[in-house]
Amino acid sequence: MDRFRMIFQYFQSNSESVMNGICGLLALASVKMYTSFDFSCPCLPWYNMAYGLGIMFLPPITLFLCGLILNRQSLLMLEEWRRPQGRRKKDLAVIRYMCSSIMQRAVVAPVVWIVVTLLDGKCLICAFSGSVDPEKFVGFAGASPVQAQQLLAKVPCKDDELMRNNTSRKAVSRYLRCWSQALGWSILLILIVAAFLARWLRPCFNQATLLQARHWSNYIDIEQKIFEETCCEHSRLFAHKCILHFFKSMRQEIKLHSFSLPREGEEAEGGEDLLQGTTDQDQVNKLLKMWYYEKPPLDIS
Amino acid sequence: MDKFRMIFQFLQSNQESFMNGICGIMALASAQMYSAFDFNCPCLPRYNLAYGLGILLVPPFILFLLGFVLNNNISMLAEEWRRPQGQRGKDPAVLRYMFCSMAQRAMIAPAVWVSVTLLDGKCITCAFCTSVPVETLGNASHPGLSQGEMERVLARIPCKEIYDGQELIANEVAIRYLRCISQALGWCFVLLMTMLAFLVRSLRPCFTQAAFLKSRYWSHYIDIERKLFDETCAEHARSFAKVCIQQFFEGMRTDLAAARCHPPRKAPADVGEAAEKLLGITDQRTMNTALKSWHRCKPPLHLHPPALPSSNGWAGEEKPPVHPAVPRREMVAYYSRV
Repeated sequence: MDRFRMIFQYFQSNSESVMNGICGLLALASVKMYTSFDFSCPCLPWYNMAYGLGIMFLPPITLFLCGLILNRQSLLMLEEWRRPQGRRKKDLAVIRYMCSSIMQRAVVAPVVWIVVTLLDGKCLICAFSGSVDPEKFVGFAGASPVQAQQLLAKVPCKDDELMRNNTSRKAVSRYLRCWSQALGWSILLILIVAAFLARWLRPCFNQATLLQARHWSNYIDIEQKIFEETCCEHSRLFAHKCILHFFKSMRQEIKLHSFSLPREGEEAEGGEDLLQGTTDQDQVNKLLKMWYYEKPPLDIS
Repeated sequence: MDKFRMIFQFLQSNQESFMNGICGIMALASAQMYSAFDFNCPCLPRYNLAYGLGILLVPPFILFLLGFVLNNNISMLAEEWRRPQGQRGKDPAVLRYMFCSMAQRAMIAPAVWVSVTLLDGKCITCAFCTSVPVETLGNASHPGLSQGEMERVLARIPCKEIYDGQELIANEVAIRYLRCISQALGWCFVLLMTMLAFLVRSLRPCFTQAAFLKSRYWSHYIDIERKLFDETCAEHARSFAKVCIQQFFEGMRTDLAAARCHPPRKAPADVGEAAEKLLGITDQRTMNTALKSWHRCKPPLHLHPPALPSSNGWAGEEKPPVHPAVPRREMVAYYSRV
């Protein structure tokens, strides 16, 4: 009984901590992916915006979907949602709880990507360098609109021949980076405040319903695990019996074809008779051939 | 029973996590292989496309096949597919499940290679540098070049040291443009793959859950049954070998006793275990004879209980098993008729 309880506790704590671990790993992977990604702005008028915003938003979508895929609970939630009612009622509060906990965990990695991108600044500089007002900067003030666009588009490329020693380029760069970092820190602050409020204010609303929903969602998880375990055990026993059955029937067949006297005492041996009546090379070969050509039926009654 | 269950669970989870582990290792190996690979664009008009696309598409194909080769279950799938029906019906759903789960795992390493290649950009830059839109990106004042000449010049874009078309189109501009396209393609590919994986995983519970549970159970069953059968055969072989060798030594002992005109020495009933293990061979000469005989004339694969002293040299006579007179030493049941 104690062992049972320890195993249960292990499963229970393990499931949550496994999911939190995966969430943390994805967040770290997100940062690592950003630092190893070789950001190279095309420095062309329309392409800049597409590239910059693409790099800011496509990977978070990918990370969000990864977060959903890697989370075991999302499958459980879908199964619980789509199962036929049968004799067990469905509780929508449980499904909602599972959904919200999945979403919260899946949203962490994309948010980390977006915040790191904004704090770094390269994406925003690339995307919005063409939208800056050229009149504010000395080096771009006198040019015609088309030319100004072209020049501004080249701001993210430090090594471009036109931009190499342009001080206004640095000014535009710093200006955009300042906006980008301000946006990044603001988003981070808002999200942390929101998380803090959500966690602290939650007990004020519907605490009992929450406890129930959490209990039953854990229950569904554990029930699924135990079912899979039981199936494994069952199939092992089934296979064991099936193979013993097979050896016994082979033995009977061999007895029929060779003229040995019946061995009365051997039924007493039960399953310990390892040689199973096959005692020479031909018999063993025949047994192996039968195993391939005619597997026994899946019926151990 | 509990211990059995825990060990079995470990094996079962181990098989899945083992497969996932191999899959992850192959993905990492694929990324590592790419970074260790020394990409060398030929910078010639038609060779560029062949080289670039070759590096993009051939290694993933190889990695996909390798994913199947390294998967232990492929032989299980092939066996189940090709076996004669016999008394057990074949379920195509189980075969499909096994194939799909193997294919999904095998696709991860190629997908990683293609993503890393596209996100890095060198392959696409090499393959499509002759298709750069010179009219929009190039410098306004460029000498009129024939098509072939222009292609030759553009083909050298990836090789900065020998590029001679700065007046046609600046090298950095072209490379940035191509890399941007490549990275956009790369991220779109990654997003597409992730979306596919998400759809496959999430649509399954909505449509075919019962059939899925059935296929999964029976595919695990086939795996377990195969392992158990191998285990049982190994145990059988062990017992077979033990009895065979024991009979060999018995035969040796009675031979030697007969040669020396001694009656066969029967071990006294209360002899210690160590003396029993000596199998009646207690001097160097006898042992040497036994070893020589084992090498020169192995006994036939036919376990028989020798009722009388006989030579062990007779080869493979088909003799129906009779009840032996020797006392029972093994777990094998040979009951004496006495």
